[in-house]
Amino acid sequence: MSFKITAQTIDPDALKRALVADAAGACVTFEGWVRDHNDGAPASVLALEYEAHAGIAEQEGARILREALERFAIKAARCEHRVGKLAIGDCAVWVGVSAAHRGAAFDACRYIIDETKSRVPIWKKEHYRDGQSGWVNCATKVGG
Amino acid sequence: MIEVTARYFAAFRERAGRDKEAVSTNASTAAELYGELARRHGFADSMARCKVAVNDQLADWNVRLTAGDDVLFFPPVAGG
Repeated sequence: MSFKITAQTIDPDALKRALVADAAGACVTFEGWVRDHNDGAPASVLALEYEAHAGIAEQEGARILREALERFAIKAARCEHRVGKLAIGDCAVWVGVSAAHRGAAFDACRYIIDETKSRVPIWKKEHYRDGQSGWVNCATKVGG
Repeated sequence: MIEVTARYFAAFRERAGRDKEAVSTNASTAAELYGELARRHGFADSMARCKVAVNDQLADWNVRLTAGDDVLFFPPVAGG
């Protein structure tokens, strides 16, 4: 069970190995990748920059993993989220769950990524092709 | 009046032009302090979409502040 904020490239194979258990018959993983658009025009996003309060993010993330373990019949779960500047195609977040059966693994994986997106103090700044940038989800504008 | 330290993250930090500041305030809760600082710096996000932490622990907006508290203001999150 681990939730980690990292500035290093995410290594899905290494993360997945830690989920292996003799009693696990299912493994569900999710990767969130940096894409080239969000709300704006197609291919308008050049890069993303993620910032987190690592201490509180890892505390809240660990709470989410504990909740998943209580709610679903899973064996293990972990999540890693990048910070720093990422390019299109980079893996920004990885979630993996192992369980005896696939149903609980799918449900827990979905729960962890959804709760992570709504609760964990991580912020995302988009850098656009036209030289502008903006914080996603924020009404507070910078330099305006 | 109490003295606290306000810390800003992401959009709040860039909007305020600083990552922290010492604040003398009559605010008794984190919510009141956010109202005061939002007016000062032009933070446009409603409190319901933001989070606050006091002394490195997530807190309720109604938490009462005491002198010397470190109050962290988090704009709407956007992980994933």
